[in-house]
Formats: sequence, C-alpha cells, structure tokens
Amino acid sequence: MEKLDQFEKYFDEELRPVLERFEKRRKQIVKRFFSILAVALLIGGIVAISVEAFREVPALLLFVLAGVILVVCVTWWILTRKFVLEFKQEVIAPIVAFCDPSLKYAPRGHVSEMRFRESEIFKSRIDRFRGEDHVRGTVGATTIEFSELHAQYKTRTTDSKGRSRTQWHTIFRGLFFIADFNKHFNGTTVVLPDVAERLFGFLGKKLQAMNLFRGELIKLEDPEFEKNFVVYGDDQVEARYILSPALMSRITEFKEKTGRKIHLSFVRSNVFVAISMTRNLFEPKMFRSMVDASVAAEYLRDLQFATGIVEDLNLNTRIWTKE
Amino acid sequence: MWIGLGIAAVILFSIFLMYNSLVGKKNQCENAFATIDTMLKQRYDLIPNLVAAVKEYMTHEKETLTEITDMRSKAVSGGLSSDEAVDLNNKIGRAIGGIMVAVENYPDLKASDNFQQLQRSLNEVEAQIAASRRAFNAAVTDFNNAVEMFPTNIMANMMSYGRRRLFEIPEGERKNVNVKKLFDS
Repeated sequence: MEKLDQFEKYFDEELRPVLERFEKRRKQIVKRFFSILAVALLIGGIVAISVEAFREVPALLLFVLAGVILVVCVTWWILTRKFVLEFKQEVIAPIVAFCDPSLKYAPRGHVSEMRFRESEIFKSRIDRFRGEDHVRGTVGATTIEFSELHAQYKTRTTDSKGRSRTQWHTIFRGLFFIADFNKHFNGTTVVLPDVAERLFGFLGKKLQAMNLFRGELIKLEDPEFEKNFVVYGDDQVEARYILSPALMSRITEFKEKTGRKIHLSFVRSNVFVAISMTRNLFEPKMFRSMVDASVAAEYLRDLQFATGIVEDLNLNTRIWTKE
Repeated sequence: MWIGLGIAAVILFSIFLMYNSLVGKKNQCENAFATIDTMLKQRYDLIPNLVAAVKEYMTHEKETLTEITDMRSKAVSGGLSSDEAVDLNNKIGRAIGGIMVAVENYPDLKASDNFQQLQRSLNEVEAQIAASRRAFNAAVTDFNNAVEMFPTNIMANMMSYGRRRLFEIPEGERKNVNVKKLFDS
C-alpha cells in the first residue's frame, strides 16, 4: 500500500514529537496508578488483618476486596480520561487527516441513534445507545460516515423472592458504516447473516419466507452469497437492481476478508454496513510505548479498513443516473 | 366417523393451500414478466435520443443507426410473439452495445455532456432490465419448483400447469458490462 509507505516518513516527521510528549505522560500515569494500587492494597490488607469481625465472618472480606477493586477502577478512569481524549485529538485526528484530508474526526461523536434505526437492520427496542470515534467525509464521490457503536436493550426479571434484576443485552457492538450508494432507489433491502438456511436447508428457506418482521424474502442466484446471507426487501426488482451479481460477489469477498458477522442494508439510496466486533478501535495503549510506528500504523490500517469499504463495494463507480 | 371427517377436512384444506400457492406463483411470473416489459419500454424511449445524439458524429455507422431505429419501431408497434420479442430485444441490446463501442472512436462525442447523460441513462436502464430479468427468473424457478415437487406437482398436473421457460441472458448483453467499464476509465 502506497499510503503505508508514506506513513513511515509522516510518522517520523510529524507524529514522533507529539508521541514523545504523550509517552512521558503515559509513564507518569502508569507510575501514579501503580502507587495508588499499592496503597489501596496495603490499606485493604491492614483493614483485613486488624478488624476483629473478619475473623468471625470471613465472607465479609469480599467487601474489602470489592472496595479495593472499585478504588482502583475509579482511579484508572480518572487518570486516563483526559489523556485518552487528548491523545485522540492530537494523534488520531492527524492520522485521520493523513488518511484522507476530507475526513473529519470527532472522538466523542458517534453515528446518531436515528440513523442507526433508519438502517432497519436491528429491529429490537434500544434502551442504551453509546458510541465514539466518529469519522465523516467524502471518499472520491461517496459521502461516508462511521463510528463505533454499542446498542443494548434491557430486561427485568423478578425471581421467586421478589428481587428484581436488570440485565443488559447487546443488540449490536462494533463498527457502523454509512455511505451514499451509487444508484438511486426508494425502498428498503436488508442483507442479514444466514442462520436458518445453513442449519435447516430447504426447510430453513421456508422458515425465512415466513419472517413477519421483514419484507418479502428475496431469493438470489449467487449460491455462495445465498449460503452466507439472507435478503429481505419490499421490491423484488429493486433488490436485484441494487444487488447486482458483481455486488453480491463483492459482499461475499468482503465478509471473507473481515471474517466477522456482517449486516447490510440499503435504504433510500444509502448503504448501511454493520460489522460486529468487540475490539475497541483508536484507543491509546497504556501499557506499551507510545512511540511505536507499528502501533500508529495499526490505527491507520483500522481507518483504511473502514474507508476501504467504499472501494470494496465499488461505490465510487458512478455510471448510473445518480452522480 | 369423526376421524374420517377430520382427515377429509385436512385434505380439503391442503388442497386449498396448494391451489392458492400455485396460482400465486403463476401470477408472480406474469407480474415479473410485465416488469421486464416496462423496463424494455424505457429502453425504446432512449433509442431516438441516442440516435439523435450520435448521428452527426457517426458517419461510418449510418447503417447501424437506421437498423436500430427500424428495430425499435418494430418493437414498439407490438404484435410480436413472445419469442420474437425476446429475439428482437436481444438484437437491440447488441446494437446499442455496438454503438457504445464505436463511440470510442469519437472523442468529441464521448466527452459531450449530452452523450454522458445519455450514457448514464442507458446504463441505468440496462441495470434495471437485468434486475427485472433476474426477478422474473427467480419467480419462474419458484413456479417450476412447485410444478415439479411433491405434493404440489399432483395439483399442478390437474390444473395443467407446466414448466415455464427462463429468460436467458444472451452472450452479447453480458458483454455490455465490459463496455461500460471502458467508459469509466
């Protein structure tokens, strides 16, 4: 990759001085953290040994342990909070600009809940919606936007003793990508990972056709694509207009390349891509040296992975009536 | 006796279901075929524009242009059997493809705004035709499966439904895609 070659030079000239500054701060933070950790452990230990009550009821020691863990977590959060934000503003933002000058980066921004819902990929009720690392701009002729997202819903269960418990369930966690599609269309077409057909074959197909929450089942002719995905839409012809044979094989390739669960949808001339992942992107690594070109190159690669979706899905080919 | 009645009810009910699903599938085929027709009409509408746009430049291809105009009027006038219509449309597709290749020899024409716009519209129509054809083939496959698979095949036999033909994409039109790529660079 040409960009990656240039990146070494860019790293040495532009990023190194900034990163050296952050490296100093990182060392301080880590040092401070370990001192606080030591003190917390010491106090915890003293309390555990000296207080009479613990000898009679050792289970109470768990409270001490919980206290220590709480203190440590809060300390970590307080110590790194400002650092992480500034790191993103001063290191990630320039890397984003290096990747493509038209891209804008907002560390605390994210794709809005409204747009997430608009995609119609996930139908469940959303009770908690979070995200970070929002990037938007244009790649070639295509307007894009993406961020990390974590959408959850909650359930409340009451056990036999009348104690109620709230549980959070993940609807989606990962990278959510939106781009302007290169063809005009009005309806909705949703491409979901195929579960039923792989497990139950022919009967699975029948089951898919009876899905009440989605539009009509669209059966496509690419067997490789059909094995991996199931497609629902409100218009048989429009779905095929969007999912041309070329695009189907591109989507299959993209899925293979990422090796992750992928959902796509095409709504009112936009394409939405949801890539499930648990890794947190664009975060500083607190227990490694900051001044490391390979770590910085990884940020760039993650970024190029996302902007590369435009290329992967061939969105810059504007030969149809939409410009 | 109740058991006998129950069995009869179940059989009757499944006959209703099979009958309705077969009729639904047949109608879907017809509906999909009508969609192809609509898309083809859009292509007919573009042909006069195309001919008008390239006429001045393409002095060597006069013959092709007259030919395509004739084919269009024949297609629009109607009264063709479905096989003839398919055949004619394949020819029209090939002729348009040929013109698009020939345009390569006329850089002025290729660069003109008017032609560029036309090119986009044509690409659009071709993509729509391809999509509607694939939708039709999917509907026909669905229908054919029902006609041949047990137990709906018994019902289909009684309704004298037979296999339907798929709409095959001719070689010449498949090549069209490559022609489009030439213009893209």
